[in-house]
Amino acid sequence: MNRLWQAGRILLATLREIFDENAYERFLRRTQVASSPEAYGAFRQEFEEAKTRRPRCC
Amino acid sequence: MNKTASIFAWGAVGLLAAAAVGVVAVHRGEPINALWLVVAAACCYALGYRFYSKFIAAKILALDALRATPAERLENGRDFLVTNKWVVFGHHFAAIAGPGPLVGPVLAAQFGYLPGTMWVLAGAVFAGCVQDFVILLFSVRRDGKSLTEMAKEEIGRVGGFVAYTAVIAILVILLGVVALIVVNALKDSPWGTFTIAMTIPIALLMGLYLRRIRPGKVLEISALGFILVLLAIWGGQWASQHPAMARVFTLRAPTLAILIMVYGFLASALPVWLLLAPRDYLSTFVKLGTIGLLAVGIVALHPTLHMPALTRFVDGSGPVFAGKIFPFAFITIACGAISGFHALISSGTTPKLIARETQTRMVGYGAMMAESGVAVMAIIAACVLQPGVYFAINSPAGVVGQTAAAATATISSWGFPVTAADMQTLAQAVGEQTLFNRTGGAPAFAVGMAHIFSQSLGGAAVMALWYHFAVMFEALFILTILDAGTRVARFMIQDALGHLYKPLGRTSWYPSILATSALIVAAWGFFLWQGVKDPLGGINSLWPLFGIANQLLATVALCVATTIIVKMHRARYAAVTLGPLAWLVAVTFTASWHKVLDPNPRVGFLAQARALAAAPATSATAQLVFNNRLDAAVTAVLVGMVTLVLIQSVRQWNLVLSGREPASVKESPFVMTRLAEDRG
Repeated sequence: MNRLWQAGRILLATLREIFDENAYERFLRRTQVASSPEAYGAFRQEFEEAKTRRPRCC
Repeated sequence: MNKTASIFAWGAVGLLAAAAVGVVAVHRGEPINALWLVVAAACCYALGYRFYSKFIAAKILALDALRATPAERLENGRDFLVTNKWVVFGHHFAAIAGPGPLVGPVLAAQFGYLPGTMWVLAGAVFAGCVQDFVILLFSVRRDGKSLTEMAKEEIGRVGGFVAYTAVIAILVILLGVVALIVVNALKDSPWGTFTIAMTIPIALLMGLYLRRIRPGKVLEISALGFILVLLAIWGGQWASQHPAMARVFTLRAPTLAILIMVYGFLASALPVWLLLAPRDYLSTFVKLGTIGLLAVGIVALHPTLHMPALTRFVDGSGPVFAGKIFPFAFITIACGAISGFHALISSGTTPKLIARETQTRMVGYGAMMAESGVAVMAIIAACVLQPGVYFAINSPAGVVGQTAAAATATISSWGFPVTAADMQTLAQAVGEQTLFNRTGGAPAFAVGMAHIFSQSLGGAAVMALWYHFAVMFEALFILTILDAGTRVARFMIQDALGHLYKPLGRTSWYPSILATSALIVAAWGFFLWQGVKDPLGGINSLWPLFGIANQLLATVALCVATTIIVKMHRARYAAVTLGPLAWLVAVTFTASWHKVLDPNPRVGFLAQARALAAAPATSATAQLVFNNRLDAAVTAVLVGMVTLVLIQSVRQWNLVLSGREPASVKESPFVMTRLAEDRG
């Protein structure tokens, strides 16, 4: 049961990483601001340049 | 597990692999069950991972768990970040899994299921996984440097320049060809066009939700977006049956091509948060879900493959694309076996997240195995169709005939019986007006996927919903590549132009954004238009061109890898990368020679240009002749540049091995890790 729980947690963490939710949380921690439309806007601005430069495979 | 039990267990896996591969390879005549392919793939991957990747890790790369990775040394909470290995694996797989492993194997199924399956398995285990693994590790040891930078440092400036040019060329050709696949899937299909059109307002809604209502809650809005997309699929049926709506959404190929170009330009120039990012999330959500569902469906339903092991088209006369099994099967399959583009991802985001060197094996080698597994699923989806149906969907009208009667007569004469009535019944079952001349692989994959799912989930009554779900999945997937790829290419062009005139390099300067977006869209739009107007369906010319460009980039990546291995004093093991390199050189150079100089007009670009020029002139003749000459020139230039990289690499190896140059690798200095054993 413990292993199943751990697998579920890793799956959720993977999805949160893939969907950039973790990146947003790290941004909030690093900049020490609360989540808000403005904070998310600033996050996207900082994050997008790097993210959209990433190659995407065929 | 003790040693005896381990030997016994792996021996059993080996025997099972031999049996399954043997059945797949030698079985002829009666249809074969798809489960044989699944077992063969699972066993080959298990053996490859357990033994071959471990050998590479131990003998060549000497992975060191104590050496701090850039994620630890340079951790900044943004690009460099120590991350759980399974999370990195998921991230890496989501980045490398594109439409290539779905489309390429479907097209290559014209040779039968055997060539594609064998190349996907052998190519992945001995070439693709190895490339991704070693490039990832070499990038980790160089502070996460890109392939272009490593090529410049290890081989010379030519290496860096060629890698850069190959990336741009691949992006442009890839974007053109995937856009053509979408056009071919949606032309004259009001249901599919409506569904895909609806994904744009859904993405805009998601963008606004993320920005204004629940900032950062991507998973929940992606799940909601997915439900809305399912509703759009359901609504598509209504749209296709409503006379006025059906008229609006029944579009011809040129109209769709123009709309897609306009979309690509807007997606590149608009703020990312509004359209591109939410669409990317939605596509990823659908992609991971559908691939998982397909895997479960194939294993649970284990359908029968109706395509023979080998077809008569191994002689090069195939209707889907022309060219002999060697080299064209290997060029066509592309990402399912080896993809140069993966080397960019292995030297992009992933090396900056790896917590320990030892994890590069699981992430680099393992994720490519998973991608190869997706290619096996695509082969199965294509080969569960009756061969006559497969060829009727994938063959251009220019090859099999303009009418249903002519097409079915031609295909039946090849020994693959199919009737116009069969095709009409199938088209009605999937909610389309016709399935003839749907080149590009996506519709055939969608029909195969719908066929598999409708065997259990809802039966034949919902086959149309499954078909349009599959079309939506592919189109959404491809359009995401299209908008993100246009943006990536735009940034690369801006970087280069910034050296000529500084403001052009500024990604926030709108004149530069508009000019470079237009330049990139015009470049891939040219290839898209060429494909739409091509009497042979476009895929015949463009997919091999993309395959050649992609495999040439893999050639560059393997040159870099071999050079580093030689410099690491591991030359006696260099065959690990030299073998795939030699194979790729043979494949890509032979394919390029055929595509440029083959006297058969269906194969050679120049021969086709000559044939077109000699035929009675039409208003499109001059353009078609020019297109073919341009394709020949692009192929020749790419091959010429990769030849330069090869020559420089061989020179480097010779200098190092003869002792005339010191064997110095440009790795970051060793730093002991401070991470506790349990992290990552």
